[in-house]
Amino acid sequence: MLLAIDKVRKVFGDHVILDDLSLDVAEHEVVALIGASGSGKSTLLRCVNLLTEVDDGTIHLDGEEITDPRADPDLVRRRIGLVFQSYNLFPHMTVLENIMLAPVRVHRRSSDQARAQAMQWLDRVGLAEKAGAYPDRLSGGQQQRAAIVRALVNSPRLLLLDEVTSALDPELVGEVLTMIRELKSDGMTMVLATHEMGFAKQVADRVAFLDGGRVLEQGPPEQVLGDPVEPRTRQFLARIIEAGRL
Amino acid sequence: MSRTPSTRQQERIAYRRGRAVRSVLLAAASTAVVGTVLTVGITGAPGWERVKESFFDPETAVEYLPEILQGLWLNVKLLVICATLAMVLGLLIAVLRTLRGPVFFPVRAMATTYTYSLRGLPLIIVIYLFAFGIPGLRLQGTPDVLWLGAAAITVTYGAYLAEVFRAGIESVHPSQIAAARSLGLSYRQAMRHVVLPQAVRRVAPPLLNDTVALQKDVGLISLAGPVDAIRAAQIGVAQSADFTPYVVAGVLFVLLALPLIAVTDWVTLRAARRQNAGS
Ligand SMILES: Nc1ncnc2c1ncn2[C@@H]1O[C@H](COP(=O)(O)OP(=O)(O)OP(=O)(O)O)[C@@H](O)[C@H]1O
Ligand SMILES: [Mg+2]
Repeated sequence: MLLAIDKVRKVFGDHVILDDLSLDVAEHEVVALIGASGSGKSTLLRCVNLLTEVDDGTIHLDGEEITDPRADPDLVRRRIGLVFQSYNLFPHMTVLENIMLAPVRVHRRSSDQARAQAMQWLDRVGLAEKAGAYPDRLSGGQQQRAAIVRALVNSPRLLLLDEVTSALDPELVGEVLTMIRELKSDGMTMVLATHEMGFAKQVADRVAFLDGGRVLEQGPPEQVLGDPVEPRTRQFLARIIEAGRL
Repeated sequence: MSRTPSTRQQERIAYRRGRAVRSVLLAAASTAVVGTVLTVGITGAPGWERVKESFFDPETAVEYLPEILQGLWLNVKLLVICATLAMVLGLLIAVLRTLRGPVFFPVRAMATTYTYSLRGLPLIIVIYLFAFGIPGLRLQGTPDVLWLGAAAITVTYGAYLAEVFRAGIESVHPSQIAAARSLGLSYRQAMRHVVLPQAVRRVAPPLLNDTVALQKDVGLISLAGPVDAIRAAQIGVAQSADFTPYVVAGVLFVLLALPLIAVTDWVTLRAARRQNAGS
């Protein structure tokens, strides 16, 4: 297993968000996390990226425990890319500078090398001519693709995507989805939280439904989204269909 | 080729032009009226002749101008040195106050105490304490009174600037730090490359404002003895029994401040405009 989440618990105040949650992700696998708003999808991704500390349980990456307090979180994060719903590009840097920051400062690459690599990626996702632009001059979809590239130049073992399309207009969703589909065919291991069931169906090898702080049901997209076993999953999907998102 | 505007638009343009001309004429007229009233009022006052002699005497002004200018050069040097050091000190204190974790408790507590007490303490008292208190200790290698005065100004303004920087740091959304950390940057790197550049940009207007205030307050060093512009003027006043040297020093201070004030206004305007542009 590339990622092994075992009985992870997270409590905010007296609110149990993750309740002994377990989830495994194999190499090259794409897992979609679905569940109601507030079910803990973002919290789980932040725990894996060590931005949030778990209150119990363990997380292993490539067989190494990353929740060990002796592990250096900076070293762990270099192997895990995280992309946020709100892009979080750095507004005072150009797109190129955003992307070069970690390779130069964290991985100590020469700036020529980092620039060449960044440009190669930007070219690939059709953003080459935006390299020198500041984020506020980009559309939402362009910003999100730039943010994904920024995570990718670290050559992560695992990419975490938190609702990367939900801040986008429907016409812009497509360009981000195309990019993620390409990453999948490159063999990138990904865990993505999403409210877009269509997206989950298209790219995920497995869908995991979060409810009550646990993975209540998981399996191939056709099964979980098409013929769920659990009544709670059915309810959730029924509401989604009502809202017109399936 | 630009197309010809419609008659309606031409009407609008003509109307606006008419209004603009009217505004200029009105402004000119009202300025003339106010100016006349002020001139007549002041020069017509019973004590004007005496005031003119003892505050605006051209001969005295010319006589003491060189000394005052020489003193002003000291103010300029002090301004540059104190402003630079106060910025560095303020930034350092602001960053120290953001450190979390029990190890840093004493550092945090000291930084907080410093900003709280120095902001409450009048600068004059700090200058007296430094310039006269420290030499009183009779330590080996006590620096010159000039440097002690400069240190007093620096630590006082450092406290103000620390608060300005802190406000800037806190205005940067936590998601920016999360994004930086998720890329593998350490806390220090995230601060240095992501948080501080944004924070400093945001607080540039208040920072420059405090620098304008500092440029006036460096004159207080005259209280400790060094001959700056104010001290030179004071000597001139004592010698000539005429207040004109003070007016000369005052005018010079204003002239010195003008460029800095203009820059401050420009930066503030630009920041406001950028805010409105929604970035
Ligand atoms: N730092 C925090 N302090 C307190 N409560 C928090 C914190 N972060 C998240 N929560 C709470 O944890 C719960 C789960 O939040 P989370 O963001 O993980 O949900 P989510 O599944 O990602 O929801 P959404 O689909 O709306 O993004 C919510 O009730 C939220 O209010
Ligand atoms: Mg979320």
